[in-house]
Amino acid sequence: MSRRPFVREITSEWIFRHPRYLRYMVREFSCLFIGGYAVLMVVALKRLSEGPAAWEGFLHALQAPASLAFHLVALAFSLYHSVTWFNLTPKALPVQVGEEFLPDGVIAGAHYAAWVATSIALLWVAGVF
Amino acid sequence: MAKSNKPIVWGPFAAGGTLTAFLTPALIVLTLLAGLGQVPEALSYERLHAFAAHWLGKAALVVVIGLSLWSAAHRLRITCYDLGVRADAAVATIVYAGALAGTGAAVLYLLRI
Repeated sequence: MSRRPFVREITSEWIFRHPRYLRYMVREFSCLFIGGYAVLMVVALKRLSEGPAAWEGFLHALQAPASLAFHLVALAFSLYHSVTWFNLTPKALPVQVGEEFLPDGVIAGAHYAAWVATSIALLWVAGVF
Repeated sequence: MAKSNKPIVWGPFAAGGTLTAFLTPALIVLTLLAGLGQVPEALSYERLHAFAAHWLGKAALVVVIGLSLWSAAHRLRITCYDLGVRADAAVATIVYAGALAGTGAAVLYLLRI
C-alpha cells in the first residue's frame, strides 16, 4: 500500500449538477414518505388494538395540521414513485412477441391502467363513493 | 460463483416497490379524507376491526406494511450511499433491522385484535 493513498473526496453536491440527478434523488427520497406512511399504519394498528376510544383518538389526531401536511407531501411523493416505477417496468419486464418486443408504452400503459383500476376499486370498497 | 445476498434484499424491494406503486396513493387518500373529517366507512372502528380480526385481513396488512417498510429501507440504504455515506454495512443493518422491527410490531398488534 502506498504511503499516501488517494482518498477520493465524497460529496453530495453532484445532485445539483444536472436536473436528471435531482429528479433521481427526488424519486429516491419518496422512500421516506412511503416508509413514513407504513409507520403510520403500524401506529394505526396499535390504536385499533387498544379499543374504540383509542381508535377515535387516532382518527381525531389525523386532523392535526401537521398530519394533513404530511399526507399532502406523502401523496405527492407516492404518486411520483408510482409514475417512475411504472415507467421503468418496460426495462424490468420486457415482453417478447415473436421476433419483436412489445413497445415500452404498451407495457407501461398496461400498468397505469391497472393502477387506476386498483385505486378506484380500493376507494370504492372502502366506501369513499 | 461468489455468494451474494443481493437477491434476498432485492426481491422484497422489488415486490414492495410494485405493491406501494399500486396501493400507497389510494391508502394515503383514505387517511387524508379521515383527516379532513370525511372518515371513509372502512376506517370506522367496527369495519376496520372486523377486517383486522379476520386472518386474511391480518395477512394482507402484514404483507403491505412489511413490504412497504422493506422497500423503503432498501431505497434509504442506497440513498445514504449516493449521498456519500460509505458505512454501508452499518446503514444496511440499521435500516433493515428497523423494517423488521416495524413489521414485528404490526404482527404483535394484529395478534391483539
